[in-house]
Amino acid sequence: MKILVGYKRVVDYNVRIQVKPDGSGVETAGVKLSPNPFDEIALEEALRLRDKGIASEVVVATIAPADAQAHLRNGLAMGANRAIHVVTETAVQPLTAARIFLKLIEREQPDLVILGKQAIDDDANQTGQMLATLWGRPQATFASKLTIEAGKATVVREVDAGLETLEVELPAVVTTDLRLNEPRFIKLPDIMKAKTKPLDTIPLAELGVEANDSLKTLHYAPPAKRSRGVMVKDAAELVAALKQKGLL
Amino acid sequence: MAKVLIVAEHLDGTLNPATAKCVSAAQALAPERIDIVVLAADPAGVAAQAAQIAGVARVLTVANPANAHPIAQVLAPQVAALAAGYTHVFGPSTTFGKDLMPAVAARLGVNQVSDLMAVEDAYTFKRPIYAGNAIITVQAPADQTVVATVRTASWPEAARGGNAAVEAAQVDVPLPSHTRFVGLAAGKSDRPDLQSAKRVVSGGRGVGSAENFQIIYRLADKLGAAVGASRAAVDAGYVPNELQVGQTGKIIAPELYIAIGISGAIQHLTGIKDAGTIVAINKDGDAPIFEVADIGLVGDLFQIIPELEKALG
Ligand SMILES: Cc1cc2nc3c(=O)[nH]c(=O)nc-3n(C[C@H](O)[C@H](O)[C@H](O)COP(=O)(O)OP(=O)(O)OC[C@H]3O[C@@H](n4cnc5c(N)ncnc54)[C@H](O)[C@@H]3O)c2cc1C
Ligand SMILES: Nc1ncnc2c1ncn2[C@@H]1O[C@H](COP(=O)(O)O)[C@@H](O)[C@H]1O
Repeated sequence: MKILVGYKRVVDYNVRIQVKPDGSGVETAGVKLSPNPFDEIALEEALRLRDKGIASEVVVATIAPADAQAHLRNGLAMGANRAIHVVTETAVQPLTAARIFLKLIEREQPDLVILGKQAIDDDANQTGQMLATLWGRPQATFASKLTIEAGKATVVREVDAGLETLEVELPAVVTTDLRLNEPRFIKLPDIMKAKTKPLDTIPLAELGVEANDSLKTLHYAPPAKRSRGVMVKDAAELVAALKQKGLL
Repeated sequence: MAKVLIVAEHLDGTLNPATAKCVSAAQALAPERIDIVVLAADPAGVAAQAAQIAGVARVLTVANPANAHPIAQVLAPQVAALAAGYTHVFGPSTTFGKDLMPAVAARLGVNQVSDLMAVEDAYTFKRPIYAGNAIITVQAPADQTVVATVRTASWPEAARGGNAAVEAAQVDVPLPSHTRFVGLAAGKSDRPDLQSAKRVVSGGRGVGSAENFQIIYRLADKLGAAVGASRAAVDAGYVPNELQVGQTGKIIAPELYIAIGISGAIQHLTGIKDAGTIVAINKDGDAPIFEVADIGLVGDLFQIIPELEKALG
């Protein structure tokens, strides 16, 4: 079984995002970039399926500017067999990303596609669902447990009401939630090994994808600030303060 | 003029309050009409509840045994077929809406506006990115259907007192059979629902264990509050996942939020930005939660909570 994994490069989750004073964007110069946390989980899950002998090949794919090679080498060092770099200098929106992944599916014929439930930069939470739709295959989003057996995936999903279990026929798209697994750390020898693993570079224009990046961002603003309030010294003062606010 | 179709969320015959919040967001478009669609095996009961939301013109029902459980790839073709004739299709930004609406958008060939938090005009909206650390104003093309998920913490529930017409809708589209619903393990609780509660008491890693969490439940019951938790508390197995508040859990806007033994990581704060009053109880006076708390109390939660219970009488 072959697994295709989405592996997006994003601003590291520990970075405190600053909006540029003129509202034209967020400050990204010199900011630390890392794999999207949900995509590291996606890759880890694929690798575990390979460790168990259920999968034979794991391919990571990213849609990113030309300087993202080192990012893909990370994915290879973590254990992916191959990497695909779809090169575009401008960020694509989820519908375009889904159309690109569909092209990669046509080339690679994977039995399972694992994406993150959301990219922590755009927080769109769309690409996996769109891909399943365009592909005409099942989707199981927000996965916290994945079992593959006899051409089917059983997926436990984190939903607002609790844990939902779906059974989907393969091939299918699964998107990851945080509790699916804990990604392994990359070891030094693996970084060396990754240097010789295959990395395909495909200019976006070569894929023949009709782009649809229809949402225009007009303005960026910092969120409304909450400010520090008052400190109370004990439970009795706390109750008094709440009563004063009319909350008790 | 805008014509809005809202996809109702429901479970076990009860309409989710998120649906009435979508109606508020739709009303901000000053639309010509707002309709709701209820897809279910037997939609009558939920449709009757939806018909009471003020400002709704029609409630469309799609009865089909295949709609017994909300399977996105089953519902999406039906919603997409009904979208003809509407300028906007809205669903709540809950796990239900997040799962379904992008599939609807892909069928209609558009990008989705995720987590719509404010309306500037019928095609211009505000939404958060980077875990709410930036708010962007986005414009959707006026010649395409706008598909959006509505950030429920940003909108009040639309009032009751409406009396919309209920009509059965005909949708004739092929539905896939590649997905089977196996089950839903829902935490049964008599406490208020976390997403719509006016008061929420949340515990974090500082609470220390599942047994210790009983004191959080007790305090919540005393206040008539829902119980929430940080991701660390869920990961450690103190409480089930549906109690998680934050970027990857529930985004909530109660009048009163009490964070106990929670440090205040940005991913947690994302979930409570719209709370009316935030109270923080933490033994570390430098915990980041105090930077956003309206009322802070430094101390050991195991000492403070019993005192608090006593002071509440
Ligand atoms: C992509 C991503 C998404 C995430 N999404 C979420 C999310 O949705 N929600 C979320 O909550 N987190 C989320 N996180 C995790 C987040 O970064 C933090 O790790 C988490 O919120 C920490 O939880 P905590 O405050 O309970 O634990 P800690 O940070 O360990 O804090 C525990 C606190 O308890 C206090 N304490 C300990 N003992 C006592 C005592 N006896 N009395 C009083 N105080 C005490 C300590 O002083 C400390 O401040 C996410 C992380 C990532 C990377
Ligand atoms: N540019 C990209 N490169 C690689 N994967 C992507 C890209 N955009 C989206 N994805 C995948 O789609 C998931 C959801 O992204 P989004 O819909 O943007 O929140 C991510 O976690 C990735 O797995």
